[in-house]
Amino acid sequence: MKIIGFIISIATGSLLIYAAADFPAWSDPASPASTYLSPHFIEKTIEETSVPNIVTAVLADYRGFDTMFETTVIFSAGVVCYLLLRTSRRKEPETRYYRHILTGVTIELKEGYKIPPSTDFERIDSLWTPPDLIIRTVCRLLIPFIQLFALYVIAHGHHSPGGGFQGGVILGASIILFAISFDLRAAISRMSEKLVAVLCAVGVLIYACTGGLCLLFGRNFLDYGALAELLGVDAVTARSHGILIVEIGVGIAVMATMIWVYNNVSSAGKYEQGL
Amino acid sequence: MNDLVATIIAKYNYWIYITLMMAGLYAMIAKNNLVKKIVGMNIFQTAIILFYVSIGVKKGATIPILEHAHGHGHDAHQAVHATDYINPLPHVLMLTAIVVGVATLGVALALAIRIYNTYHTLEEDEILAQIREE
Amino acid sequence: MSQQYPALLVIVPLLSALAVAVAGWVNRKWCFPLAAAALAVAAWSSVGLLFRVLHEGVVIYQLGGWPPPVGIAYYVDHLNGLVLPLVSIVALLNIMASKKSVEQEFPDKICAFYTLYLLMVTGLLGIVVTGDAFNLYVLLEIAALTGYGLLAIGEKRSQLATLHYLYMGTIGACFYLLGVGYLYIVTGSLNMVDIAEILPDLYHSKAVIASFIICMVGVWLKMAFFPLHAWLPNAYTYAPSASSSLIAPLVTKVMVYVMIRLILTVFTPKFAFAAIVLSDAVVWLAVIAVVMGAILALAERDLKKMSAYIIVTEVGYMVGGAWLGNRIGMTGAILHIVNDALMTLCIFLVVGNIVYKVKGYAFDDLPGLFRKMPFTMGAFVIGAMSIIGVPPTCGFFSKWYLIAGAISAGRYDFMAALLFSSLISVVLFFRVFEISYYEPFGDSHGHDDRSGGIDEAPVTMVVPLLMVAAILILLGLYTDYIVNHIVQFAIPEALV
Repeated sequence: MKIIGFIISIATGSLLIYAAADFPAWSDPASPASTYLSPHFIEKTIEETSVPNIVTAVLADYRGFDTMFETTVIFSAGVVCYLLLRTSRRKEPETRYYRHILTGVTIELKEGYKIPPSTDFERIDSLWTPPDLIIRTVCRLLIPFIQLFALYVIAHGHHSPGGGFQGGVILGASIILFAISFDLRAAISRMSEKLVAVLCAVGVLIYACTGGLCLLFGRNFLDYGALAELLGVDAVTARSHGILIVEIGVGIAVMATMIWVYNNVSSAGKYEQGL
Repeated sequence: MNDLVATIIAKYNYWIYITLMMAGLYAMIAKNNLVKKIVGMNIFQTAIILFYVSIGVKKGATIPILEHAHGHGHDAHQAVHATDYINPLPHVLMLTAIVVGVATLGVALALAIRIYNTYHTLEEDEILAQIREE
Repeated sequence: MSQQYPALLVIVPLLSALAVAVAGWVNRKWCFPLAAAALAVAAWSSVGLLFRVLHEGVVIYQLGGWPPPVGIAYYVDHLNGLVLPLVSIVALLNIMASKKSVEQEFPDKICAFYTLYLLMVTGLLGIVVTGDAFNLYVLLEIAALTGYGLLAIGEKRSQLATLHYLYMGTIGACFYLLGVGYLYIVTGSLNMVDIAEILPDLYHSKAVIASFIICMVGVWLKMAFFPLHAWLPNAYTYAPSASSSLIAPLVTKVMVYVMIRLILTVFTPKFAFAAIVLSDAVVWLAVIAVVMGAILALAERDLKKMSAYIIVTEVGYMVGGAWLGNRIGMTGAILHIVNDALMTLCIFLVVGNIVYKVKGYAFDDLPGLFRKMPFTMGAFVIGAMSIIGVPPTCGFFSKWYLIAGAISAGRYDFMAALLFSSLISVVLFFRVFEISYYEPFGDSHGHDDRSGGIDEAPVTMVVPLLMVAAILILLGLYTDYIVNHIVQFAIPEALV
């Protein structure tokens, strides 16, 4: 197999190198890619969409349809991970472990036995490790600031590098940090499985419904100029606002998918113990 | 000869990315462990992303965010020259490709977890041996 | 409203996929009606779009209101106009037929299944309708990812088979992306029609030749063209029957459509067939694909794997027919896309019915089924006749065009391979007929005639199957109309 792999790699590599002989040199400003289509984007973005970040304008407006499907890709990855990994939610595991917080005594309960609700006991798993004070404190302090930064990245995507995807990933990372530093159960108790799954779909729905709204107003799909009467601004600013709305949708979808995929993959679908 | 050397040096970014791509492709085909194959797939996709991004570079140009633009609304007076800013289109395309790569990685890892739960190994030859015994 | 058909076609399944995902967490009973309604709307839009194309010619729909090449545009001509109703109607018939099967096989994840089902159909419809090369890549990945999810929830071996499909599918999609990147470097545009206008000056460029080869290899990987077919039999066999009857008829045919679109629209036939060496080599590979697919199908002892190898053979037909380089062969290939999708749907729905009742699909499970499941096996007979190529089913006519194209191009080896594989199909299917008709029921199940045992599949599973069988015959009778009014205009006049 190694020899076949070697031969295939060499053959493909030679084909690619052979083709590269006709490419323009690196960073040549007169290459066809830089002179044919992109000057339109660079020069006309401000007057057509009033968004200085050209990448965001192209991503969410000119090629907004691609971005909608990209968000759908990430949503479908979340659904696939759920479908593949999630084991049945109904039955309780055979043995459950509870730990008395003050004394550190661990109780093992077989199926069918219950423990009265009390704050002296916490539910733990068989791979439990003692909580680390430094990690928990630092994370608890940092997570709100991380989330604030993520919201900044989403909102400021018009003027600086950023946007929905980047901000969404940072938001998702903050919740995953909570799950890693505390416990998967603690994270799920804060953002339940149902909420995460629904948010994931809602994010993409925001994007698709913005486009559908433009359809209802008589223009083509995702033509944000149609939102001008709805938002009460002129057509160009309506495009800028339309971009912001879809970026928010993208951010929500990406955040929820990151959390959903992490929950499923780290616990192999059982949602009992994470990493 | 001089011409050839000049060509090779002028396009060195393409050679690097092609090498990276082929390293990833070789890992996907030749390695036995499922996770190593997944990592090879990731390397292959990342090399393609780097290749696309390198298309958009222009000598002496800056990032594609218009300077002095906010605050002017849509009657910005300063003329914008296309040569001052790098090509934004490959960046946009590669944002999509990165997301697709992450999604594929997630699905591949979920499949690997299921396979591990069933066969208790991640080496492909051991899994095929177990299948043949059934 | 009819102006918006191209958008509705893709948006309605997408929105309903999201609605099903949300509804699944609220009340499970809404999932199936929403999904079926969305597919019905998509089917109606696609048929409406076909009529628009027949009246007006090419339809271009600008997304976001931006004209191409600045924005993304949908480009619908006779070629997509023919394939779009095919995809949506196959998906609609399949979702109706597999409702009971889904409820039996994974009762607690119905809504996630329907979400992925709708997303897959969105991806496939988007691939067919788009006119932008990069948009095609994104939709390709949607169809691929949802396909992996749908295929991996079957039997024990399905996860490994899907992981192998994932590896090869990702390489294929990345090759396609690389090819589009090469085209972008030398032309600067991503819109297919735009690239076709810029390319003629660049035909001698090495980058364009390499881009063509890389795109083709990528698409061949995804359509399981020999020798890159290794993922297909395992992936389709171990999948649940509801998924395999969606994916098997559609995915490989949509990839053949992509290949034909690249040949006819982006790299015009003048360039694609100019390098005679390449066309000869590809037709030769197609000959091997057809022969190997037939022989490997002969070696299998279960119905599903046999059908999967038959798909490999059919892909060989289509690729060979398209690369023959003449009008008749291309007509045969395009007609075969439609016919093969329906034939494969028929066979896989039959297998789905058999699995639902008998819980197995090996030849040992089949004895005596003709008496117990007469409608299912009757439809199986019609599907088998179509694959063998017996008039008046549609399979005969597309094979006729392919053979005529092979003779006209002087490729007698391709013609011989076609006839050989038809003979092998006769053996394959008559084996099944013999086991299921002549052998007494009950040899391997532990039931026998007296205790009742198996009866016909439920009505919701049989009616769509009979509709598909009827369409097979109808399409055969109307082949003349389809070829003269639709397929003729799909192929540019330059191709002789």
